Amino acid sequence: MTNRIDQRFAQLKAAGRTGLIPFITAGDPRPDATVPLLHALVAAGADLIEIGVPFSDPMADGPVIQHANERALKRGVGLGQVLGWAREFRRDDACTPLVLMGYLNPIEIYGYARFAADAVAAGVDGVLLVDCPLEEDDTAQAIRAAGLRQIHLAAPTTAPQRLDQLCRRAEGFLYYVSFAGITGALRLSTADIAQRVAAIRAASRAPIAVGFGVRDAGSAVAIAGYADAVVIGSALVERIAGSADAAEACARARAFLAPIRDALNARAAA
Amino acid sequence: MAARLDSPVTIDYHAWPDARGRFGTYGGSYVAETLMAPLAELTAAYLAAREDAAFQAEFERDLKHYVGRPSPIYHAERLSHDVGGAQILLKREDLNHTGAHKINNTVGQALMARRMGKRRIIAETGAGQHGVATATVCARMGMECVVYMGETDIARQSINVFRMKLLGATVVPVTSGSKTLKDALNEALRDWVTHVHDTYYIIGTVAGPHPYPMMVRDFNAVVGREARAQMLAEYGRLPDVLTACVGGGSNAIGLFHAFLNDRAVRIVGAEAAGEGIATGHHAASLAAGRPGVLHGNRTYVICDDDGQITETHSISAGLDYPGVGPEHAFLKDTGRAEYVGVTDDEAMAAFHRLARSEGILAALESAHAVAQAIKLASDLPRDALVLCNLSGRGDKDVQTIAAREGITL
Repeated sequence: MTNRIDQRFAQLKAAGRTGLIPFITAGDPRPDATVPLLHALVAAGADLIEIGVPFSDPMADGPVIQHANERALKRGVGLGQVLGWAREFRRDDACTPLVLMGYLNPIEIYGYARFAADAVAAGVDGVLLVDCPLEEDDTAQAIRAAGLRQIHLAAPTTAPQRLDQLCRRAEGFLYYVSFAGITGALRLSTADIAQRVAAIRAASRAPIAVGFGVRDAGSAVAIAGYADAVVIGSALVERIAGSADAAEACARARAFLAPIRDALNARAAA
Repeated sequence: MAARLDSPVTIDYHAWPDARGRFGTYGGSYVAETLMAPLAELTAAYLAAREDAAFQAEFERDLKHYVGRPSPIYHAERLSHDVGGAQILLKREDLNHTGAHKINNTVGQALMARRMGKRRIIAETGAGQHGVATATVCARMGMECVVYMGETDIARQSINVFRMKLLGATVVPVTSGSKTLKDALNEALRDWVTHVHDTYYIIGTVAGPHPYPMMVRDFNAVVGREARAQMLAEYGRLPDVLTACVGGGSNAIGLFHAFLNDRAVRIVGAEAAGEGIATGHHAASLAAGRPGVLHGNRTYVICDDDGQITETHSISAGLDYPGVGPEHAFLKDTGRAEYVGVTDDEAMAAFHRLARSEGILAALESAHAVAQAIKLASDLPRDALVLCNLSGRGDKDVQTIAAREGITL
């Protein structure tokens, strides 16, 4: 089944470009900003967008995204609304892939089959379930059956044998977590990551995106040396927090992302 | 594949969980990828320790000489007479070192940490009993101890916070979410994921990802093994009914486990119904929640229609948790155990009744079990036996009780 994620990575490869994947939490900094933000991110050079589905207990997230979750939940943002925003975005953008990232319980309560059908209808392309490791994959069977790509995580702690398993199962892309920790931490050892990503590349057919700890053009360019795509979450979420309205959030997002896009392009051209 | 679930009549309850940590459809390992390796390491280490006679002998020695086991079964004669029904027997876990059943598990897990060469211990705590029990074993082992505790719980359990500090632990206030036990658990998981190489996470209840529900149960199962033998030795028979309070469910599963295959023994868990289940201000995950995924396992959770975990309420901090151990979810669905709600008011009434009739100040958590024991006993004949787990002592709660009753100390 053709999927926008697969198409996008094929295009990137053909063009010799590194993908840029921004992450925002749906409904943050304000619900009416989410759809305009998605378009603004595309305009600033996003190749694929990850949308965080707010959850009350985001156990793998650092303070920045925890607070974004809390702000969104205070405004009553739920999975139904997030799917509605995806549908709205899709009316004006037929090609930028969307990946929903979140925790299982909201989907569990929504119902897996119902979620899968509604997500496909809304134009969502992939789902990253933070708390659903390989061992519990049967949980997400309905999501894969509907044609959505299930994005898996690999971590520095992932043992070699397990990594092989992950690589065999990888679809869409494999998300390599650059260090053992929570989102938004400040450490980033690019030498270690290079080695690990090279090992994954040898075993994986799927493209590799690297995230956790990428904050700016410098760290993005460093990662671009060996990854197919770079994910930027906390630093962007932090930048747009506190925006007075949707327009300000979009302006901040563009100002943040455009220089990173330029730096990645300059590296590709060099 | 999960093991096949037979009909309740033929289930061997001692055969669970399966190799994936599933109790029927509950349990499992729903955590981020980074934690899968340390969990696999812990599972392998625990399965080896479980078969290691030297490890088990050291655990039993510590339980005897440090914890003070076995704890007695006490016949609450005056209370039973006053109720006018069945005889109420109390398994006195409140007499353990540090005043609750929690020490059984922390002694076992501290031995695991040492066996695995980890020097830094982290824990989450709600009421503070597990935090104190963890700080206690860390002091004894000379290990660094960091306890995560919600800001709300720190305010209502200041005595236990001070006890932890006296024992050399660092208590880290958690200000995210509802600032209670669930958020402390999130924060401890975040710490663990960041320090997986040198840190051992002592989870205090039978929740969390595999192997915790199994391991914490095993370390607490001494309660039921002892009680079963004591019943046979002292009363010549098993009790008719068991009851215990259920928050995460560690003291309850500790008592229940040895009796699960004794089909004639009725098993009743008492959850915190708070201000009443109908008010929405409660913590009765099994009685009023629904299956979901929280803190690494599939179980019953209290959440809204968007799947957001909602704030719970109980007068007892130790029961104030929106999830419950997956084995209890399994026991509920198979019908082997029943789970009922006990309100704040009922627990308080039972607290006073036990204090005045038997001279025992029960922990507010355990007072829920006492209330349930009283209800059960009043419907049974005088020769029936109700065994209630008195999981902890109430000294830690005197300030909460005074405040609730408008008394200035």
